[in-house]
Amino acid sequence: MAVMKIKKFSFTYPGVDHPSLKNITLPIEQNKITALIGPSGCGKSTLLRSMNRIHDLYPGNKYDGKIELLDLETGKYNNILEIKKENEFIKLRQQVGMIFQKPTPFPMSIFDNVAYGLRIAGIKNRSELQDRVETALKGSALWKEVHDRLDRSAMGLSGGQQQRLCIARAVAVKPEVLLFDEPTSALDPISTGAIEELIVELKKDVSIAIVTHNMQQASRISDYTAFMYLGDLIEYDKTENIFLNPKEQQTEDYITGRFG
Amino acid sequence: MEKIFQKLSLSSASLVFIILIGIFITLFSAAKPAIDEFGFDFIFNPDWNKEVVIDAPQAAQNTQSDTLEDEIITDEDDVIIEDEDDMIADEDEEDMMLDDEDEALSKTIYGGLVPIVGTLLTTLIALVFALPIAMGIAVFLAEIAPKNISYFVGIAIELLAAIPSIIFGMWGLYYFAPIVADIVGGYQVSLLTAGLVLGVMILPFMAAITRDSMNTTPAVLKESAYALGATKFEVIKDIIFPYSKVGIIGSIILALGRALGETMAVAFLIGSIFVLPEAINDPTISIPVAMANNFGEASGLGESALFYLALILFVISFAVISLAKFYFLKKAK
Repeated sequence: MAVMKIKKFSFTYPGVDHPSLKNITLPIEQNKITALIGPSGCGKSTLLRSMNRIHDLYPGNKYDGKIELLDLETGKYNNILEIKKENEFIKLRQQVGMIFQKPTPFPMSIFDNVAYGLRIAGIKNRSELQDRVETALKGSALWKEVHDRLDRSAMGLSGGQQQRLCIARAVAVKPEVLLFDEPTSALDPISTGAIEELIVELKKDVSIAIVTHNMQQASRISDYTAFMYLGDLIEYDKTENIFLNPKEQQTEDYITGRFG
Repeated sequence: MEKIFQKLSLSSASLVFIILIGIFITLFSAAKPAIDEFGFDFIFNPDWNKEVVIDAPQAAQNTQSDTLEDEIITDEDDVIIEDEDDMIADEDEEDMMLDDEDEALSKTIYGGLVPIVGTLLTTLIALVFALPIAMGIAVFLAEIAPKNISYFVGIAIELLAAIPSIIFGMWGLYYFAPIVADIVGGYQVSLLTAGLVLGVMILPFMAAITRDSMNTTPAVLKESAYALGATKFEVIKDIIFPYSKVGIIGSIILALGRALGETMAVAFLIGSIFVLPEAINDPTISIPVAMANNFGEASGLGESALFYLALILFVISFAVISLAKFYFLKKAK
């Protein structure tokens, strides 16, 4: 079952004539990992950033089509492109979390970082905060390393730890969908391995969309893969089909390393 | 060639230190007589240019009868008049000192408390007034305003910083002071008026530096807060302010440095009297104004006392700027 349905979606940046995304139709399956791959400039990050409308922090973008998000409580699909009010945006972003290319710890303690999303969501109860922070840190394989220094600044952690902290922070608010925007491109291979394991672990609870430049990473962790090129969705299928038996010539050229 | 170039740049660099140390030594040696005379009590003494009776028997008589006291006071008046006559008639310092010895009744004491308090209070009022407004401007420019509006308001802020201080003084005296007096009551020239105009003057510095340091907050950090469901206000409060804290503190300290030394605008507005202010709308005096107003006719110990004040201002400003440097260095690390 799809938690998100992208239907005939087009996106145009302000001040640009031609759309950066053209007529994309793509499901994000529930409790599965969907990888978006393609060469630089193909629009995969643009698509990912449309899914929680983080684009809207900068005015003047043009959307067409639909992106429908499943409301787990009512079982209905809502078109997130129709959102206009700030409280709806807040709800959307609590449902659809995001992890960025570089680790983005806030200038505060480790505990406060993980608790941040919970606090702004209105949870004030100290023991509940502590429980949720602990669960999130354990779920992000960070608890063992930081449990004795939760009150220290998060800036003192290593890059890999910071990225897992950001994942813990996003997981803590219990989103439906997590969007990863090249989450390991700034990390060393060992930290990358830890993050990949974590992402696979997380799909028990959330649905995941991940943008990656690393095709091995896509083949290792994802269940579905979408190959994009110059703003078009060229091919979408199960990951093993894309990598072992692609239907489109362009996809085959890309995954065999002939371009990109 | 290489050597000459190195030596040239070395000597230009060392010139800064020579000037700095030179100024300090000049101030110190000129202030030496006052330092010897008054010591650290100078800082806590509110009397400036006051004749006091120092003769012990006279002091004893003082307590004996009231009528005598009156006489002494009239005596003192005479002495002052005589002194002034002397100063006008004969500018030879030795003569004056002989005079002092001849009389042996009184001496002039100088205390820096009033100008020191005046300086610190005007600066404090300026800061309290300017800080919230500067933060508001900076937040608006960095986060809320569209790019083109932010650009034009930014230019206006820089123009405000470019206005010479004497213009602020005149504007403050003729237009701002009556308004303040209407609202708060009391004198038009006062601690409050001077502090508020000073606040307007330091506003652009604080706003511009704070805006710049807020702009250094990485976009991705703000985005990740928004991605957790934060509102604009929460992002500003929890991410941008903590992130640019060092820059904000630096801007405050630089503004302090400017406010402490500002002379012209404050001279117009503070009232220039050596009286400790009892209320916020009382006139008083600040260190730079005391110096600017009194240097012309000061001589002897009075001149030295002014240098003592200058030394104190130098030390305060130096301490403030060092603190700023300390913070900026910390930021660089």
